[in-house]
Amino acid sequence: MTAPETESFESLSVESAAVLRQESAWQRVRRNGAVRFGAVALALLIGIAAAAPWLGTVDPSLFDAGSRDLLPGKTGDITTLEGEIIRHTFFMGSDSYGRDIYSRVVFGTRVSLAVGVCAALVALAFGIVFGLSAGYLRWLDGVLMRIMDGIMAIPAILIAIALIAAWRGSLVTVIVAIAIPEIPRVSRLVRALVLTIREEPYVEAAIALGTPPWKIMLAHILPNTVAPLVVQGTFICASAILVEAILSFLGVGLPPDIPTWGNIMAEGRVQFVEYPHNVFFPGIFLAVTVLAVNILGDGLRDTLDPKMAKRV
Amino acid sequence: MHSAAQTGEVTLTPGSQGDVTLTPPGSAVLEVRELTIALPAGGERATAVSKVSFSVHRGEILCLVGESGSGKSVIAQGIMGLLPPALPVTGGAALLEGEDTTRASPERLRQLRAARMSMIFQEPMTALNPVMRCGEQLDEVLVHHTSLSEPERRAKIIATLQEVLLPDPARMFAAYPHQLSGGQRQRIMIAMALVLDPALLIADEPTTALDVTTQAQILKLIADLQARHGTGVLFITHDFGVVAEIAQRVAVLRLGELVELGAKDEVLKRPRHRYTKMLINAVPRLEPHGRAADTDAPVVLETRDLDKTYVDRAWFGKRRNVAAAKRVNLSVRRGQTLGIVGESGSGKSTVARCIVRLIDPSGGEIHLHGEEIARRSHGDLRPLRRRVQIVFQDPYRSLNPRRTIGEAIMEGPLNYGVPRAEALERARRLLALVRMDAGALERYPHQFSGGQRQRICIARALALEPELLIADEAVSALDVSVQAQVLRLLEEIRTEFDLAMLFITHDLRVAAQVCDHVAVMHQGVVVEYGAAEQIFLQPKHEYTRALFAAAPGRDFAFGRA
Repeated sequence: MTAPETESFESLSVESAAVLRQESAWQRVRRNGAVRFGAVALALLIGIAAAAPWLGTVDPSLFDAGSRDLLPGKTGDITTLEGEIIRHTFFMGSDSYGRDIYSRVVFGTRVSLAVGVCAALVALAFGIVFGLSAGYLRWLDGVLMRIMDGIMAIPAILIAIALIAAWRGSLVTVIVAIAIPEIPRVSRLVRALVLTIREEPYVEAAIALGTPPWKIMLAHILPNTVAPLVVQGTFICASAILVEAILSFLGVGLPPDIPTWGNIMAEGRVQFVEYPHNVFFPGIFLAVTVLAVNILGDGLRDTLDPKMAKRV
Repeated sequence: MHSAAQTGEVTLTPGSQGDVTLTPPGSAVLEVRELTIALPAGGERATAVSKVSFSVHRGEILCLVGESGSGKSVIAQGIMGLLPPALPVTGGAALLEGEDTTRASPERLRQLRAARMSMIFQEPMTALNPVMRCGEQLDEVLVHHTSLSEPERRAKIIATLQEVLLPDPARMFAAYPHQLSGGQRQRIMIAMALVLDPALLIADEPTTALDVTTQAQILKLIADLQARHGTGVLFITHDFGVVAEIAQRVAVLRLGELVELGAKDEVLKRPRHRYTKMLINAVPRLEPHGRAADTDAPVVLETRDLDKTYVDRAWFGKRRNVAAAKRVNLSVRRGQTLGIVGESGSGKSTVARCIVRLIDPSGGEIHLHGEEIARRSHGDLRPLRRRVQIVFQDPYRSLNPRRTIGEAIMEGPLNYGVPRAEALERARRLLALVRMDAGALERYPHQFSGGQRQRICIARALALEPELLIADEAVSALDVSVQAQVLRLLEEIRTEFDLAMLFITHDLRVAAQVCDHVAVMHQGVVVEYGAAEQIFLQPKHEYTRALFAAAPGRDFAFGRA
C-alpha cells in the first residue's frame, strides 16, 4: 500500500521539481555595468602605470631650461642624464623647470595606485585583526573599541600630517599615515559583521561539532565578511588616492622630486592663470581614477551586498 | 451561511481535470478569469501563475492552498494591484464586482483599496507603521476615503476596535504597534481592513506568525466578522489545519496552476488530483502513533532542576531577571523520542541550547550517560560535544554559505582527528543515507532547496555518531510534503542508530507523529510531562488542554470520506 504512495510523494513534491539555477555572486558581479566600467577604467590605469617607460615618456626628473613652460603639443629639447640633448614632443606641455608633464603624470599613476591599493590593504589587514578580536573575544571589545573611537576623534588628514612630519616623507610612511585613520572604520565594520554572524545557526552548529574558536573565526566567520570588506576596500582605496594628492599638494607628502599628481599640481598652482595645463592634466587623471574606483565599489556593493546597498 | 454544495458543480475549464467550481451566477464578489502572471526570463518557469480561474462569493471564505512557490501570494498581489514590475499580468482578468483590477489605473486602485478590497498580511509588525499610533493609522484610511468629521471618525474607529474584540479600545487607539502583542496587532490590521466594510478581504497567511492559541482566536474573529458583514474572503494559507477550520471552498495550487477547486469536504476528504492527495496524506495526524516505548532502555540524557535566567544589566537602572527555564526535569532514553512542546517564549529552545551548551545554564544539572556537563568548562566539554548534536529550524541559515557540503559534513570528524579520506568516505555514506547524490559534496548550499539543506544538516549532525540528536523546530520551516519526508527520515535514523532524540516543536501534529514522551512547556516551566499517549488522549493540565483545543482542524479527518 505504501509503495505507490511513496513514489508519487517524491515525484509530486514541488521541491524536487524545482531546479535550482541560482546565479552565483560572481555571475552577478560580471553582469553589472558599473563593475565592468570601473574594472575596465582601472585596468587601463594599471596598464599605464606598468607600461609607463614605454609610452613615449622620458625620465620624469629630466629638465631643460630651454623648454620651460611649453604649451601642450609643442616640441622642444630635453637633456638626458648623460648630457645628450634629444627632441621631445610635450603632449601635455612642460612646467617651469622644463620637465615633461606627460611623463610626470604617467609615472605619477604608479604612486597613486600604489598608495591607494597598499593603504587599503594595510587598513583592511589591521581592521580585520582588531575587528575579529573585538567581535569574538568579548573581553577585548571595550578596550579596543575605545582606542578606535579615540583615533576616529582626530581628523584623518591631521593624523597623516603629524605622522609624516614625525617620520619624514617616503612612500611607506605616506601609505602607513593614510592607512592608520582608516583602521577604526574597518574595525567597526568587521566587529559589527562578526557580532551578527556569530549568532548564525551555522556557527552554533560548528560549536556543537567541537570546532575550536580560532577555526570558527577563520573558517566560518571571516569568509562571510569578505563581500562587504571588498566593497569597503575600494572606498578606502579611492579616499587614499585623494588624501595622497592632498598631502603632496600641501607639500607634506612625498618629496617634490618624486612625480605624484599632487606634487605636479602643487608646482603648477602658482602659474595656474597663465599655464593651466600644469594643474589640468594631473587633475583629470586624479578625478578619473577616483571616479573609476568609486563606481567599481558601488557596483560591487550592489551585487555582493544588496542589503548594504539599501542602507548606505 | 453560504453553502456552495447546494448549487451543484459546474466544470469551469474543460482542459484541466478535476477543476470544478460551484457558482451561483452573478453573486461573485471576485472573479478571477484565466489569470496569467509572468516570471522574469531565466527563472525556473515562465509564469508565476498560469490561467488560474476561481471566484469568491459574497459571504464566502475561499482558501487558496499551496506550498511555497505555488504562486498563491502572487495572485493576491495581482488582485490588489501590488505586483512588482518584474511580474506583469500577461493574460486574464481579476474582476472585483465586475471591474478588472489588473487593468485599473493607479488612481482607481487607490480608491478601491480599503474601500472595496483590502488585505491583511502575515507579519502584523511590519505591516503597521512603528512610529504612528494605531488609531492614527486607522484614521488615515478614513481621511482618504470618507468625508466624516473628526469626532465621527473617532467614534467609528472605536466601534471597529470593539468589533475586533480589542480590550480597552481608547487605550488601543493611542498605543504604538510595539506596545501590543502579535495577536493584538493582527486585530488592528483586521480592523483597518474592515473599517470601510469592503466587499473582498484578502488574508495572506494572517495567522502563520502567531502562536497556536492566538491563531485560533484570530481565525474565529475573521470567520465571525465575515459572516456578520457578508464579506467575501480569499484566505491564503499553506496549513491544512487552518483550511479545515475556516474554509467553505478550497482551491489547490501547484507551481502556478490550479489543480483542484471544490467544497471543503470534497477536497479534504475525497481529493481528486494526485497532488492534492499527496498533500493531504502528508498532513500529520493529531493522534499519537501508539508505538510501545521500551521502559528499560538506558537513560542517555537527564536534566535535574535545570534553570536558565537571563540577566539584563543596564548601565543605569535596575537589573532585570528573566527566567527562561525554571526547574526543568527531563530524561531521554536510548532509541526514544522526547518532544518538548510549547508556544514561542515557552523556553523550549532555551532548554535545548543549554543541553548542547550553546548557552550556559544558570543552575541545575545535565547528565549525559551519567556524566555531569552543565558546569564543565568549554575545554573539558570538548570530548563530550560529539555525543550531542543539533539540527536547527532555518535550513537557509544552518549551513555556511561559503563552504561546500562536503566540508560541512566532514568538519566534525576532522575536528576529532578522523583522517581526511575516512571522513570523506563517511560523508559519502551519510549523503546516501539522507537520500542525496554524492555529487552534492562539491556544491555550495545555495544550490539546494530547503528540504535538501535540512537533510544535509541531519547528515552533518550524524557525522559524529552522536547518542543524542536534538531537532530544534527542524521541520517547522518546511512545506508539508517536504516536512513529511524529513520526518520519515528522522524516524528511520532513530531506529537505525538507536538514537535518543529530543524533538522541539510548536506543532502538535508533528509531535504526535514522532514522540514517545512529551513535555509541555509554558512560560519556562514544564507544566505536563508524560507518555505521548497519555498527554494526547487525557491531558491533565489546563494549559495542555487549551493548546489542544486551539490546534486548527483538530477534529477533521483528512482524506477520510
